[in-house]
Amino acid sequence: MKRFFKRNAPAYVFLTPWFIGFFLLALGPILASLYLSFTRYDMVADPRWVGLDNYEYMFERDRRFWKALEVTFTYVALAVPARLAMALGVAMLLDKGLRTIGLYRAIFYLPSLLGSSIAIAILWRQLFAADGVVNQVLAKFGIEGAAWISDPDTSLYTLVVLAMWQFGSPMLIFLAGLRGIPRDLYEAAEIDGTSKPRQFFRITLPLLAPVIFFNLVLQTIEAFKTFSSAFIISNGTGAPADSLLFYTVYLFNEAFKFFRMGYASALAWVLLLIIGFFTAVTFFTSKYWVHYENERD
Amino acid sequence: MKTNATDTAVRDKNAQIAHEIRLGQKRRARRARIYKHIFLIGMSIVMLYPLFWLLASSLKPENEIFSTLTLWPSEFNWDNYTEGWNALPKSFTVFYMNSAIVTVLSVIGNLLSCSFAAYAFARLQFNGKNLFFALMMMTLMIPYHVVLIPQYVLFLNLGWVDTYLPLVVPRFLASDAFFIFLMVQFFRQLPRELDEAAMIDGCSPYKIYWVIILPLSLPAMGTAAIFSLIWVWEDFLAPLIYLNDIKSYTVPLALRLFLDQEGQSIFGQMFAMSVLSLVPVIVFFIAFQKLIVRGIATSGMK
Repeated sequence: MKRFFKRNAPAYVFLTPWFIGFFLLALGPILASLYLSFTRYDMVADPRWVGLDNYEYMFERDRRFWKALEVTFTYVALAVPARLAMALGVAMLLDKGLRTIGLYRAIFYLPSLLGSSIAIAILWRQLFAADGVVNQVLAKFGIEGAAWISDPDTSLYTLVVLAMWQFGSPMLIFLAGLRGIPRDLYEAAEIDGTSKPRQFFRITLPLLAPVIFFNLVLQTIEAFKTFSSAFIISNGTGAPADSLLFYTVYLFNEAFKFFRMGYASALAWVLLLIIGFFTAVTFFTSKYWVHYENERD
Repeated sequence: MKTNATDTAVRDKNAQIAHEIRLGQKRRARRARIYKHIFLIGMSIVMLYPLFWLLASSLKPENEIFSTLTLWPSEFNWDNYTEGWNALPKSFTVFYMNSAIVTVLSVIGNLLSCSFAAYAFARLQFNGKNLFFALMMMTLMIPYHVVLIPQYVLFLNLGWVDTYLPLVVPRFLASDAFFIFLMVQFFRQLPRELDEAAMIDGCSPYKIYWVIILPLSLPAMGTAAIFSLIWVWEDFLAPLIYLNDIKSYTVPLALRLFLDQEGQSIFGQMFAMSVLSLVPVIVFFIAFQKLIVRGIATSGMK
C-alpha cells in the first residue's frame, strides 16, 4: 500500500485537475444525460421518468429530427471530401517545385483560423445574400444567381463552400505528410517513365494513407459538430424551411429555447452514438487501406 | 587511333545532348513553376477576397456596400467604427474587457492544467496510465453538445450562470484534451536522460516538471497558448448559454446583437465591428505563424 502510494502519488497529484474535470465535466455529464434522456425535464420541475418515450417520439414521430439528420449527413458527406480534396490538391501543389511557400501557406491557412468566428458567419450571410457579392459577380457573367441563403435548395451549399474555404489545417497536415515521402521514389518512377497520375495513385496515395486517415477522422468529427456558422446564418432556427437545421442547432433549440432538456439529452446521446459509430467504422476499415511503414522515420 | 577519335566525338555529342536535355528540363521546370505561381496567386486572391470585402465594406458609405463590386471606397467612412463601437446598449469597450478577462484566465487555466496532465502521461509511471490515457483521448471525440445539458444543470445549481465561472473553471480542469495531447507529443521528445539525471541528484518529479520540462517546452506552451487564445476568443456556444446579461457579453455575443437589429442602416457598423473582432486573431497569426504551423503539423487539429 505504501509502495503503491509512493509510486503513484506524484502522477496522481499532477492528474488531479484532469481527474476532477473528467468526472465532473465529461463522464458524469455523459451518464447524467443518459439518465435525463429517459425523462421529461424542463428545469423547473424535477425530471420525470418516461422510459423510452423520448426515443420513440424521436424515431417515429419527430420529422424535424429526421430533417436534422438529413441536413447534417448531407453536409458531412459533401463538406468533408470537398475540404480534404482541396487540402490535398493544394498541399501537393505547394510541396514540389517551389522554393518559397511560406506566404501561400499563411494565406491559405488564415481562413481556417478565422472560420468559426461569428464575424465570418456574418460575412458569409452577406456574401451569399440575394444582393450579395456572389450574385454581383455572377451578374457580370450574365448569370442570374439564386437567393442562396434564403433559398432552401441552396442554403446548405453556402456552408459547404464555407467549409471548403477553410481547408487550411488538413492542408498543413498533408504538407507535413508529403514531406515524409522519400523523393527518390518519384525520381525512380520518373526514370521508369511512370505517368504523373500513376505516380499519384501508386506512390503518393498509399504512402499518405495514414495522414489521410487521420484527417478524415478529425474532419468528420469536426463536421458533425458544426454549430456557430449554421446557427448565425440560419438566424438560430435552422431556417429557411429547416434546410440549415444542423443536428447541433436542433439540439440547442430543444434544450435552451424550449427547455425540453430530457428530449435534448436523448438527441445528444444519439449524436454521441453516431459519431462513435463513424469513428469506429473508420478505425475498423483502416486496416484494409492504411499501412503504416515502420522502417521509415 | 581512329576509334579513339570517334569515341571522343560520340562522347562530346552525348555530353551535348545531355546538356540540352538538362537545359530543357530546367526550362520546363521554370515554366511549370511560373504557371504554379500564377495559379497560386489567383487562388490567394480568391481566398482573401471575402476578408478584403469585409474590410472594404466596413469603410464604405452605407449605400455603396451592396451596389458596387469595387473594393476601394469612394470615401473612407470611419464613422462606422466610431458609431459601431457605441451602437449597442453597452459600448464595445465593455465587450472587449469581458472577452479579455475570459480569454486570459482561460489561457492560464489551459496551460497549467493541461501541462500537469501531459507531464504525468508523458514522463511518469503510474497504475492505470494506459486506461486514463485512452479515456483522455476519447474525450477528444465527444461533442460539447453531449455534455452541455448536465453541465448547465450543474452550473445552474452552483449559481454560476451569468458569471464567467462556467467558461473559465473547466479550463483549469484540463477539459480541453487537445492541449494535453499536444503537450504529451512534445514532452515525449525531450531526452529522458535529463529526468533520470535529475532524479539521481534527488530531484522530485514536481521539481523536474518545474525546472526541466516546463522551461524546455516553451515552444509547445507557446503553441498551446496561441491556439487556446484564438479559440476562446472566438468561442460562441458556451457564452451564448451561460451569459444572459448584456453587460457580461463577450465580443461574439455582441456581434450577434447586430443581426437582431436587422435594417440596412447598421450593416456598415456591423462589418466594422466584425473587422475589429478579427484583428486580434490576425495579429497573433502573423506574429506567431511559425508556432501555429508547427503545432498543427505535429499534433494535427482544427
